[in-house]
Amino acid sequence: MSVRVLEGKDIRRDYHVGGGLFRGARTVHAVKGVSFSVDKGKTLAIVGESGCGKSTLARIITLIDPATSGELFIDGNKVDIARDGLTKEMRRKVQIVFQNPYGSLNPRQKIGDVLGEPLLINTDKPAEERRDLAMKMLKKVGLGTEHYNRYPHMFSGGQRQRIAIARALMLNPSLLVLDEPVSALDLSVQAQVLNLLADLQDEFQLTYVFISHDLSVVRYIADDVMVMYFGEAVEYGSRDEVFADPKHSYTKTLFAATPRADVASIKARLAKKKAA
Amino acid sequence: MALLDIQNLIVEFQTASGPFRAVDGVSLHVDEREVLAIVGESGSGKSVSMLAVMGLLPWTATVTADKMSFAGRDLLKMSSAERRKIVGKDMSMIFQEPMASLNPCFTIGFQIEEVLRFHMGMDKAQRRARAIELLKQVGIADPAERLDSFPHQMSGGQCQRVMIAIAIACNPKLLIADEPTTALDVTIQKQILDLLVSLQVKYGMGLIMITHNMGVVAETADRVIVQYKGRKMEEADVLSLFESPKSNYTRALLSALPENAVGDRLPTVSDMLFEPAPSAAGAAR
Repeated sequence: MSVRVLEGKDIRRDYHVGGGLFRGARTVHAVKGVSFSVDKGKTLAIVGESGCGKSTLARIITLIDPATSGELFIDGNKVDIARDGLTKEMRRKVQIVFQNPYGSLNPRQKIGDVLGEPLLINTDKPAEERRDLAMKMLKKVGLGTEHYNRYPHMFSGGQRQRIAIARALMLNPSLLVLDEPVSALDLSVQAQVLNLLADLQDEFQLTYVFISHDLSVVRYIADDVMVMYFGEAVEYGSRDEVFADPKHSYTKTLFAATPRADVASIKARLAKKKAA
Repeated sequence: MALLDIQNLIVEFQTASGPFRAVDGVSLHVDEREVLAIVGESGSGKSVSMLAVMGLLPWTATVTADKMSFAGRDLLKMSSAERRKIVGKDMSMIFQEPMASLNPCFTIGFQIEEVLRFHMGMDKAQRRARAIELLKQVGIADPAERLDSFPHQMSGGQCQRVMIAIAIACNPKLLIADEPTTALDVTIQKQILDLLVSLQVKYGMGLIMITHNMGVVAETADRVIVQYKGRKMEEADVLSLFESPKSNYTRALLSALPENAVGDRLPTVSDMLFEPAPSAAGAAR
């Protein structure tokens, strides 16, 4: 039986932009009533252009910001951080991997300490055990124990993203939010990181919320797809439904804008160019 | 005659641990009205070779080549003063980060007019008229008002349009676009690519597109050069590259595209690169 790990009902988030000398205060509706649910071991992809509210939604799911209204359930329990605050237990359950692997690691922290820190803060495990767990995690994400004492600048972008994923997994989260985890990476490295994510999902029965604007990646990794546009979910369904029969005009625009790399479309383009 | 002709380009950087060869014997040429794409991962030397052509590398770099000529003139023998007259005028470049490549302290109008003043010697009224015309060409609404905007007041896509306006201000013969859309959304990427290609056709420019995105290559290029670790792996016209890639590396790159995934694992480049040479059946695929 499938277990529902994450559920959001009519999530809204408003930002109040303070007025200045020449401008009155106003309210930005960043997320306008979005509902979704993800089962254990599945991947929900959230697609949309910059400014459509997908990262705001990620912050709400990751319990960084509270929603203005709406209900959020994690592992079946209602979570309201604005009212109840955040417990260590809840922090453990949801982790996030950010887009830019160059900005999300502290340059003055050794990799071992990067990985040990979530344990140091959220658990009372002794140093010895933290070290062992960090070493194990390094191997899981395809790095070696010799990397334990190195600094972030000694790693490539793909390796850093592996480290960021390892850090997120240190607390055995049930839900991992991936905010454009591969858009800063090269094609070949992107393939490696996507494979790693798929392997980890199988091994730990992880649930992913995968935020991206790259439809080819989404098609590869997602089970369900939600398309956001100006704070609203304009399309939400299983991957095959959305890709086979996009309903909303914005989804169609997105599909049309995605570059195609198949031989037939190159032929079509060259023929068109010749005719012109 | 080729617009840009480079033979056996080598770029070395002096580092603390000895010289590092970033570009190792690359030869390429671009004709007028041609779109050449240079594809490769980061560190493959694709940007460095173009920066060498532009003369924009730091002093730690040593550039050598058997031949490097642009529109019949030898770039190797040219003084830097002479080269500065060409760069930005006949040969211009667009960079990856539109937000970072504009100066935040000046209005975009000032930054467009700067090129016109330096290279074309236009007076103030002419410059302003030309700047408005350029912004209109790259598809910015209300060009006259937008001239007084600062870069932070514009979106990433708009900034990239301004960069393109600056690059085409003096009707260059060759435009080099270094990952022009990597920092942008797919919908904006489409608009910028369409704009670049339409300008290329309209003005008959040569266009060099540096990218790591195979989709961008498929959508824009006439001819493609695949580079890996500073070496040229393959050179082919776009259709034959996608239909029957010759080098292992190109084949690996193409199969790493998520849309080409077979089963639930993506082949990675390192999986394929060290496999034995392809059989005839593999090559004909």
